[in-house]
Amino acid sequence: MNENAPLAEEAAREQPQLPQVSGGDALIRALKEVGVDSVWGYPGGAALHIYDALFKQNSIEHILVRHEQAAVHAADGYARATGRCGVVLVTSGPGATNTLTGIATAYMDSIPLVVISGQVRTQLIGTDCFQETDMVGCSRPVVKHSFLVKKAEDIPAAVRRAFYIATTGRPGPVVVDIPKDCTEPNQTFEYRMPEAHETEMRSYTPVKRAASDQIRRAVELLRQAERPVAYLGGGVVQGEAAEVATELCRRLHLPTTCTLMGLGGYPGSLEDPNWLGMLGMHGTYEANMAMHHSDVILGVGVRFDDRITNSPDKFCPGAQIIHIDIDPASIDKIIRPDLAIVGPADEVLGDMLKALDSGGESEEDVRERRLPWRERISGWRSAHGLNHHCVPEDETPGRISPQRVIQALYRLTGGSAYITSDVGQHQMFAAQYYPFARPRRWINSGGLGTMGFGFPAAMGVQYAFPDAEVICVTGEGSIQMCLQELATCIQYNLPVKIVNLNNAALGMVKQWQDMQYAGRHSHSTYSDSLPDFVKLVEAYGHVGARIEAPEDLEPELEKALGQRDRLVFVDIAVDPDEHVYPMQIAPGAVNDLWLSRTERS
Amino acid sequence: MREGTRHVLAILLENEPGALSRVVGLFSQRGYNIDSLSVAPTHDETLSRLTVSTWGDERTVAQIVKHLNRLIDVVQVADLSEGDHLEREILLLKVGAVGGEQRAEIARTVSIFDGKIVDTHPEQYTLQISGRSDKLDAFIQALGSVSILEYVRSGIIGMSRSEEDILPG
Repeated sequence: MNENAPLAEEAAREQPQLPQVSGGDALIRALKEVGVDSVWGYPGGAALHIYDALFKQNSIEHILVRHEQAAVHAADGYARATGRCGVVLVTSGPGATNTLTGIATAYMDSIPLVVISGQVRTQLIGTDCFQETDMVGCSRPVVKHSFLVKKAEDIPAAVRRAFYIATTGRPGPVVVDIPKDCTEPNQTFEYRMPEAHETEMRSYTPVKRAASDQIRRAVELLRQAERPVAYLGGGVVQGEAAEVATELCRRLHLPTTCTLMGLGGYPGSLEDPNWLGMLGMHGTYEANMAMHHSDVILGVGVRFDDRITNSPDKFCPGAQIIHIDIDPASIDKIIRPDLAIVGPADEVLGDMLKALDSGGESEEDVRERRLPWRERISGWRSAHGLNHHCVPEDETPGRISPQRVIQALYRLTGGSAYITSDVGQHQMFAAQYYPFARPRRWINSGGLGTMGFGFPAAMGVQYAFPDAEVICVTGEGSIQMCLQELATCIQYNLPVKIVNLNNAALGMVKQWQDMQYAGRHSHSTYSDSLPDFVKLVEAYGHVGARIEAPEDLEPELEKALGQRDRLVFVDIAVDPDEHVYPMQIAPGAVNDLWLSRTERS
Repeated sequence: MREGTRHVLAILLENEPGALSRVVGLFSQRGYNIDSLSVAPTHDETLSRLTVSTWGDERTVAQIVKHLNRLIDVVQVADLSEGDHLEREILLLKVGAVGGEQRAEIARTVSIFDGKIVDTHPEQYTLQISGRSDKLDAFIQALGSVSILEYVRSGIIGMSRSEEDILPG
């Protein structure tokens, strides 16, 4: 026996022993350390070492989806509803490429995600081997950043950096591609998670504060404005700035509109005279008129995209524009602002509130100055506003208007449900007729416009908030794009409600064809080949209901929503001829609108 | 006809695999132009320095700079065209050079342009000229009817003349 052995043991005790782990274990451990509790994924060859590491632990739950695209949408829905980073785990090749639509969706809406993809063994990269694809290359245009891990020891640092990048500054998806040899169970190393300061990057320093003179100028400009409008976007919701934005808008008596992505950033309410509703292509008459006639616009966390501005050269000709955004590249991309403030929305708006407190004109005087403007806005509202024009005047008897479905949902849920949506007419009706009182309750793919997003996103929300009322408003077109997830909902007991506005056509496509292609419905109808959705969901073990008569709408919906522990699919036959109005006329100004089939603004 | 003006951008980039493709990808993905691009590691081997020659109106170039800064691997970007700066490019040219008269004429032109004949064969010369891009263009013009067999340019490299504008790396 070696007489030095006790000494060696003692030395080992003094030196804190770092645990020996494999790359797979290191990944799981690192995810845990950065606060991950759930991962949405789908296993496959290159990810199997990681899946084995998952199997051996209990602190991170893995939710097995039925298609990788749905894993990303679900993680995305989780992120949008909670404000935390969503996590996805997939294998190489097709597993990785199937995530691309989901990644692009998150990228366009600045949603924090970390997507971990297995990769073929390092030595095989570049040889066109089985299930190999250049994931870093494929995803490059739609990620905030990506990593290809080189060796197992780098995994903890890659995880820490990925989460840091995904969640700070303007958030976005980050891909971490891990070759299979880096997670090999038999090759262990000392696990060491670098401290946060060790993973700082000289090339990445998100802005924290804005210059104070700009803040004061912005406040003065808004105080002095005769006809101001606040235009709030997704940055207010994602930047946790809804509360400060609301306080600022109220104290400055700003009529306020939200983009599709910003809904909930200011409490939507038909009773609030300053609430204009959504603006843009299918925005309200009063929001678009107010924008066009304003003299000062306060844009926060917005990007002046084409669905807002209509023709940029005709955009709000008399307005001075204040643009607040965390991303300098958003400033002056489409519309040149008169005053640009780069910084996090909550910080900047908070500083503006402080500037308000530090003197200047009284709130009462500001309010007085706004009275004629408020008068004008209420004139627009009573002429064509949504609360005047809540339901199409030419409603066909015996048919269910899709707008009425959303209004019924609003009443039945008290306006407090999480609503996810897919893309098309139903999405616009939901945005128009369900005023969101709080941020993170309206979850939709605004930027990329991804059909198939709504249902898996609802799963993510329901997973995050098991007791909450989560409703996916969809259409029979969109829902068929991720329908396979009905199985996932059985396996993990996710009792989301699916409200299918079934007009037996790709409604928005058909509307454009009605309006711009003389009613030639090129490949937008399929009424003779629709499934029996009730039977279909029953086959998966869920509850299905079909509503066809207007008088059944509310009682049947109520019954469906009442089944809190079951997934209920409510298939509603809605008026197939309904169009979404208002609708901006391109190319034109913000206030060039169709108000109905026959009436222009 | 091109709209806008020419800009020379200096970019410090993490010397990581894939970093260059992010820069190049940005230009193609957003419809920006690249006239020339040159890249090599700096004396700090963890960094590469790129010089990109592009063109566009003020607003487009401002957007290019902002989007470049947004890339995680980009450490710093400078628009050299905003100030006094140096630009250099190298041209290697293989030309037909047959007979004493033609060979002498080529040698004279090369000397006027402060270039070098760096390789020679009985019926060919390989020429090297460096300088600003317009000097290289003028040299080609001056060669006149000489037949060009092979032509390669390095793309522009650039540096500010200012004492303050330093891209460390």
